[in-house]
Amino acid sequence: MIPEGSLLAAHDLRKTYGSTPALDGASFSVHPGEVVAVMGPSGSGKSTLLHCLAGIITPDSGTITYAGRELSAMSDAERSALRRSEFGFVFQFGQLVPELTCVENVALPLRLNGVRRKAAERTALEWMERLEVDDLGSKRPGEVSGGQGQRVAVARALAGSPKVIFADEPTGALDSLNGERVMELLTEAARSANVAVVLVTHEARVAAYSDRDVTVRDGRARDLEHSA
Amino acid sequence: MTLLDSPKALPAAPERPKPPSRAAATLRDLGLGVRFAAAGGREGWIRTLLTAVGVGLGVALLLLASSVPHLLDERNARDQARSETRISDSPDAMAAKSDSSVVRINVATEYRDRTVAGYLMRADGSAPALPPGVDRFPAADTMVVSPALKELLSDPGNALLRERLPYEITGTIGDTGLRSPNELLYYAGSDTLTPAKGGHRIGGYGDSREGVPLPPLLIVLTVMVCVVLLVPVAIFIATAVRFGGDRRDRRLAALRLVGADIRTTRRVAAGEALFGAVLGLLIGLAFFLVGREFVGSVEIWDVSAFPADVVPDPLLALLITVAVPLTAVLVTLVAMRSVAIEPLGVVRRGKNRGRRLWWRLLVPVAGLAVLGTTGRVDEYAYEPVKPFPIAAGAVLVLVGLALLLPWLVEACVKRLRGGPVPWQLAVRRLQLSSEAASRAVSGVTVAVAGAIALQMLFAAMNADFNRATGQDPARAQFAAYSEDVTGEAATSAIEKFRATKGVEVVIGSVQAYASKPGVYTDDDIPPTTSMTVGTCDTLRELARITSCEDGDTFVVHPPGDKDMSAWVDRTARKGKVVEIGTGDGEPLRWTLPAGSPTVQGRKDPMGDVHYGIMATTGAVDASALPGAQITAQIRVDRSVPDVAEYVRNTAARIDPGMRFVTLDSVERDRQYDSIQTGLKVGASVVLLLIAASMLVSQVEQLRERKRLLSVLVAFGTRRTTMGWSVLWQTAVPVFLGLVVAVAGGLGLGAVLAWMIAKSVSDWWLFLPLTGVGAGLILLVTAASMPSLWRLMRPDGLRTE
Amino acid sequence: MSIGHTLLGLLESGPRHGYDLKRTFDEKFGQDRPLHYGQVYSTMSRLLKNGLVEVDGVESEGGPERKRYAITDAGITDVSQWLAQPEKPEPYLQSMLYTKVVLALLTDRSAADLLDTQRSAHLRMMRILTDRKRKGDLADQLICDHALFHLEADLRWLELTAARLDQLAKVVAP
Repeated sequence: MIPEGSLLAAHDLRKTYGSTPALDGASFSVHPGEVVAVMGPSGSGKSTLLHCLAGIITPDSGTITYAGRELSAMSDAERSALRRSEFGFVFQFGQLVPELTCVENVALPLRLNGVRRKAAERTALEWMERLEVDDLGSKRPGEVSGGQGQRVAVARALAGSPKVIFADEPTGALDSLNGERVMELLTEAARSANVAVVLVTHEARVAAYSDRDVTVRDGRARDLEHSA
Repeated sequence: MTLLDSPKALPAAPERPKPPSRAAATLRDLGLGVRFAAAGGREGWIRTLLTAVGVGLGVALLLLASSVPHLLDERNARDQARSETRISDSPDAMAAKSDSSVVRINVATEYRDRTVAGYLMRADGSAPALPPGVDRFPAADTMVVSPALKELLSDPGNALLRERLPYEITGTIGDTGLRSPNELLYYAGSDTLTPAKGGHRIGGYGDSREGVPLPPLLIVLTVMVCVVLLVPVAIFIATAVRFGGDRRDRRLAALRLVGADIRTTRRVAAGEALFGAVLGLLIGLAFFLVGREFVGSVEIWDVSAFPADVVPDPLLALLITVAVPLTAVLVTLVAMRSVAIEPLGVVRRGKNRGRRLWWRLLVPVAGLAVLGTTGRVDEYAYEPVKPFPIAAGAVLVLVGLALLLPWLVEACVKRLRGGPVPWQLAVRRLQLSSEAASRAVSGVTVAVAGAIALQMLFAAMNADFNRATGQDPARAQFAAYSEDVTGEAATSAIEKFRATKGVEVVIGSVQAYASKPGVYTDDDIPPTTSMTVGTCDTLRELARITSCEDGDTFVVHPPGDKDMSAWVDRTARKGKVVEIGTGDGEPLRWTLPAGSPTVQGRKDPMGDVHYGIMATTGAVDASALPGAQITAQIRVDRSVPDVAEYVRNTAARIDPGMRFVTLDSVERDRQYDSIQTGLKVGASVVLLLIAASMLVSQVEQLRERKRLLSVLVAFGTRRTTMGWSVLWQTAVPVFLGLVVAVAGGLGLGAVLAWMIAKSVSDWWLFLPLTGVGAGLILLVTAASMPSLWRLMRPDGLRTE
Repeated sequence: MSIGHTLLGLLESGPRHGYDLKRTFDEKFGQDRPLHYGQVYSTMSRLLKNGLVEVDGVESEGGPERKRYAITDAGITDVSQWLAQPEKPEPYLQSMLYTKVVLALLTDRSAADLLDTQRSAHLRMMRILTDRKRKGDLADQLICDHALFHLEADLRWLELTAARLDQLAKVVAP
């Protein structure tokens, strides 16, 4: 049921909002350091799948296993702790805390894990350098461009040294050049740090940065390379 | 397109409607704003309703305050109507005996901390004058009572009071004869009362003279109470008008996109504010009318009022009706000055321009200057008090504090750095926009500063009063006086007190006057001193007597007063005769034994120093003393429930007209107490109002950050982290607001105390109020937690 | 375009004359490029030779002799394999893909699977191009980008078609 050597695996997930099924028996797995694109039309349930995998919401039924631990058996606090320490997140927009400076935003996951401010901000700056936005440190998110903001968000996702990064339409609000640059930096950094990436996107050229793609249709995930 | 379809329209250029005139445009835009406010969907309605309820609460309070003059007039009129008709300015002057004259004595008593007013009355003739609200003169041993007293007496739990007022109830007193619906009042008939027994003859009711003007200090107090309670209400209204302002600005930006100019957006916003304010006026009127009916059941200042008496002053009501919508529009327009509404969104202006300090400082300083130049108000001076400069000065100081706060918050927050994540989030949030926080908190500042100043004023007045009394409630808790009784009656009265349940010790003495015999011309005053007769135990409480046996006599000097000691010695000549008793009766001649020792007097439990001649009961037959007065100071076992009522009942049995005093180390001036209570209630209501507005803006802010909160949840942010950040976000500005309030309040209080020529007695009075402020922080934070909890769900992440 | 596979697919619904086959083909796929008879017969003879079809019967009433063709089991397998096999991702694929989708619908095979398989193949290609682009110089990048944009356009078409399969099914096989 759980593919050999997978870091995060889900089996037969079902989730219903009201009477609308969002997931209807979806299965999924990702290996350490692997970049998997989750594709599918709007409303197919790909975001719901990502939220379930990240332990943000709990599926109605099905199992999710992360590094041998069953997510559905964890309490809300345990899942929060897991997200703090093992996962990183990049969203389409509205994710940077507007009142914090960029470097403080990047340092936030570290600080939530209890790292002291000075050390957290030092690490944050290193990641920002890697994503070519180290000159924005003292600026607020409202003062930087969309592409820069998204790179800051990627730096933030990576700063906490996660094992998995969940990226939900990370380039959705960017033009193609900025979008590709963000994808390039994200996948490169993830591969070199052996971080798995679950990438939800509806854009083929973004999905092309992945190692493998999964299509979600009507709440079911189809993993062609594994089934074929 | 339709023009092209119709060939006739082709030749002429399509006629454009003429731009509307300015007035018409204004009306149209205001109307549009009203439509937005009224038809903005569910959310628009909630916003409008919040504003309206906020304004309504403020308006109701303002209407209530504007009713106070009429209320006081009515109370005064009721009071006047039931006072005796004065025949001269001397209070002792009695009316002539006639067919309608009445002899009466005030027999007010206290029952479980409530005052029961009452008169014992005896008709001189067949057509006695009746007090208002009474239609039949009470026959002997019957009484007419107020409805509230009737209810109190019919409760079996109040048998002790019934015992004290044993008269048969034959009727009730109508509303015209009562000050307030809850007043406890009775008129009892007597067939034994005479002027000689303390009765006072009156010719009729209705005091046609002008009411006694409020004492100057009370005017200062009243003015201050009004200012202190109403300025925060005004600030609250100004805050309420801005509820949901951000969302409104975004809506206006959408209007700009379809071609509205800036002036139009301002007018639309004004229209929205106007609608909310007018709706608020109506709601406020409704609140007021409903609330008025409950006025009768609320007691502030130890009295309540008849709902019919709570009528706003027409001029003030008109002022409120005009001022509230006008304020709403002005506040909106001023608020919009700092925001540029562009077609593509809202841009905050003036971010880089720091707030200027100097003009903000100028206002409170000017207020203090106004107060300072108004000059001192002397309790005894007959110069009329000028209420308006005092009010203006106080308003300037308080408004100045409200203006100072945004600067202070900004200046302080700018310097804050680092700290744990919740603190960092809160501080950064405040750095980005501290206006909303300062705005709500300025109400707290003004309310607390005003309350502190007022309390200091009260305390200064009260402390002055207290310093004179040196009562010692450990030695006795009650004192009773009865005049014009014979010595025999006096001794039996003391025995009756001793026999009362719960009484431990009675320091009962019979006092009379002793003077040096001789013949004196009119200008010559005979040396006179007091003559006190009691047991050895009693005398020891009154003088420093080392050894005492029944039959001993003493000459007692007041400690540290040589003049008075000499005066005592001129009367109390050892081995010589003194005459006891004054007035018309035959004085008793008595020889002061030659061996009487001279001792120092001491303070009795009432704080009075006794001196003169003291004799044990074995030396003088107290029952034979003419013109004697009983003084009984009573120590009770406080653990006996209702012990005070037992003692009072005994006093009433002995003589309904007996003066009865409850001792306390701090003499509790009931008026002071009730003003304090009223102030606390008022300040609490105002602070609650402000808490409500802070809560509304807090929740609104949280809702606007729904998506961000969801993202933070995804990160694994703990709810407690966010909870703390919400707490800090409230706590930092409120703390700064309290600092300003304490500083400003102490300053204003000191100036006010100086104005009434008193010194500040207690600089620490602000502590409980700051405690209330801290409670406010917790309340607002706790109340916003449910929304935070609800918003910290992943639902906000769903974009599909 | 593989005419052989297409004709085979058409035979799956029942035996037909060569003339019938041409008419049906023209109707469904060849609006702008009708098939020649010669093309039909030469294709059919090759299929006969490979054992994918067989002659079901011969009619000759007052005219030339007409053979009726029927698909064999081997033919059905061949069609299935062809449909399941994604096309090599390259520009201007749509006519072939369209044919495949319609045939899948006509023969009650899963057109959605077919499209998904094709999408996967496209994505694999895009992944290779993206990788090459990342490692290459500017010229490589520009060339790869050109190909990527075309592939992306195909992919979008695939997605759109997938979303409209139900509609298409009603038109193709009422």
